[in-house]
Amino acid sequence: MEDMIKGNHAFAEAAIRAGATFYAGYPITPSSEIMEYLSVRLPEIGGVFIQAESEGASMNILTGASASGVRCFTASSSVGMTLKQEGISHMADSYLPFLAINVVRYGTGLGTLDTGQSDYLRDTRGGGSGDYRTFVLSPYSLQEAVELIGHGFDLGDKYGMGTILHTEAALGQMMEPCTFPEMKKVERRHGSIDGTYSFERISPLYRDRRQEAIDEKAKYDSIKENEQMWAEESLEDAEYVIVAYGLAGRSATGAVKQLRNEGYKVGLIRPITLWPFPEKAFDKVNKDVKGYISVEENATGQMVEDIALTLKKTIQSSKPVYMFANAFGIPTMKKIKADFISVRNGEIKEVY
Amino acid sequence: MAIAKKVPEMLSKQISFCPGCGHGVVVRLIAECVEELKMEKNVIFNVGVGCYSLATPSIEADKFDTLHGRASAVATGFKRCNPDTLVISYQGDGDAYSIGIGESFSAAYRNENITVITVNNTNYGMTGGQMSATTMPGQKTTTSPLGRDCNTTGMPIKFPEMVAATFPNAAYVARGAVTTPKYVNQLKKYIMNALKAQMNNEGYSLIEVLSPCPTNWGMTPLQALGRVNKELVDYYPLGEFKTRKVK
Amino acid sequence: MKKVLIREERCKQCGICVDACPKNAISYSSEINSNGYQPVVIDDDLCNGCGICYTMCPDWVFEILGDRG
Repeated sequence: MEDMIKGNHAFAEAAIRAGATFYAGYPITPSSEIMEYLSVRLPEIGGVFIQAESEGASMNILTGASASGVRCFTASSSVGMTLKQEGISHMADSYLPFLAINVVRYGTGLGTLDTGQSDYLRDTRGGGSGDYRTFVLSPYSLQEAVELIGHGFDLGDKYGMGTILHTEAALGQMMEPCTFPEMKKVERRHGSIDGTYSFERISPLYRDRRQEAIDEKAKYDSIKENEQMWAEESLEDAEYVIVAYGLAGRSATGAVKQLRNEGYKVGLIRPITLWPFPEKAFDKVNKDVKGYISVEENATGQMVEDIALTLKKTIQSSKPVYMFANAFGIPTMKKIKADFISVRNGEIKEVY
Repeated sequence: MAIAKKVPEMLSKQISFCPGCGHGVVVRLIAECVEELKMEKNVIFNVGVGCYSLATPSIEADKFDTLHGRASAVATGFKRCNPDTLVISYQGDGDAYSIGIGESFSAAYRNENITVITVNNTNYGMTGGQMSATTMPGQKTTTSPLGRDCNTTGMPIKFPEMVAATFPNAAYVARGAVTTPKYVNQLKKYIMNALKAQMNNEGYSLIEVLSPCPTNWGMTPLQALGRVNKELVDYYPLGEFKTRKVK
Repeated sequence: MKKVLIREERCKQCGICVDACPKNAISYSSEINSNGYQPVVIDDDLCNGCGICYTMCPDWVFEILGDRG
């Protein structure tokens, strides 16, 4: 059997295995174990570990590393990620890839230390000033996180974009068995800054921003077409489809299995890429579906908006979208099942 | 016998500052030093946000425009990934001492092996001459139109003195000016010392440059030079605050 | 004999070199460059090629020829 490992340590090790050699970050609960682990692990492999003076500075330190073509990453939690947005926006503007692990803690402002999914809208909409997106990947297990971290770096390099591994306090803090890929060696990106001035550098003042904006739109369209990821269960005959990601998605996976065994025709879409949102999954749903249910670890409903927007593009645009609010903690299978019965009995009003 | 002097090759394009602005001299001196050290193909100009952002199109070398105030953090990333390359962080007083004081101070604190050059013109030039951390007592700016009141805004910051006094490991700290031939020649020596310190892995080096801003000071270029020489050098003494241990 | 080359297009007529020249060899041309300034001209008879104009010029106008002059 595989060794047990703590989530935050697994994230860090996965990045190392994916060829990352540079980390800058700032301590914050519940993601600090990532940098604690790296403070020893990165020097061991000849990489660079910097404990920065602030979240913002860590992102700007990464800017220098990424502009140098080095595979680099950072980690934080919710309010800490807010502080990084300035740098994330600037890196997006400079087409610099990075991986940022957001171990979400629930809440607004300082928030809480509880697990949650309260950063969905911020992370999937870019987050900082400007007209950009980052890849947002959400794992439902440590094994999936390990795979998504490698994939996230590759996506970033391919498109010249940042990637956010959007996970939750609970996944960062829990332990489960996990296997890691072999160490990968990654060369510095072609065209990066190394002091030799081998490539022309256009000042931001002289870039053709209008053309770049048009090109960005085309790039994002191509990403939406080619990079959606999701997991699904029993969509073909589903009367109701539950949509949930991360650990809520894990709970929902179990709940759907049990509901099926109990005779309910329930399907599941578990988005793995939160951006691009897995719109294609919805094309596979039974045309006579009665409704969609978003299960989220927040109170106000965030992903539910993307579900409703996605349905606008399908022939199911009139179908109701419900939301189960779980502001604190991971919804249990029991809770999801009970809420489902309430929807079925008409006791819960749709959001859209 | 006259000595030949030519603007370095890497500065092939015209620079677009206001008449009498000091940035052009600072950029030229840095380029001269880099050229004399034969590091033109092994240097990264890391530039903050201010009027001097206009300089990067004129510098034919590896360069990167950072966010406002964040240059010393970005330079840290560059240097750690390119340890054998000269990394020069070019910033202004607003950039390095106000919005970027955390990044500036922390790069010095970590003793990053980079050279930070801060050009102090006692105001935010690019945005229209607002009061900065280095604005002199009584100085009129667009956000201190009655003259800077230090009772409510504090006294002008002296970053080089702070670094020299606080960080015993810092390699080299100096303040120069561009307002007399003597000062310019002296400044070039300071820059050369700083770059050599970096190439020798001696640690953090910092040079502040007092520079005229005729446009925002409401002066002619010559009056602005005169203000630096008469007023500023009294409060901001020129010279080396920390010399290299290795010569 | 010419001791200094001038890139007239770069001159912004700030007057710093005119003031700094120890030989008072620099004055303004009557011509106007494309930016609208009257660029500096050097009286080669007065100029000794010391290079102080180069040292002080913020606009990279001068090249001192040295022994090549």
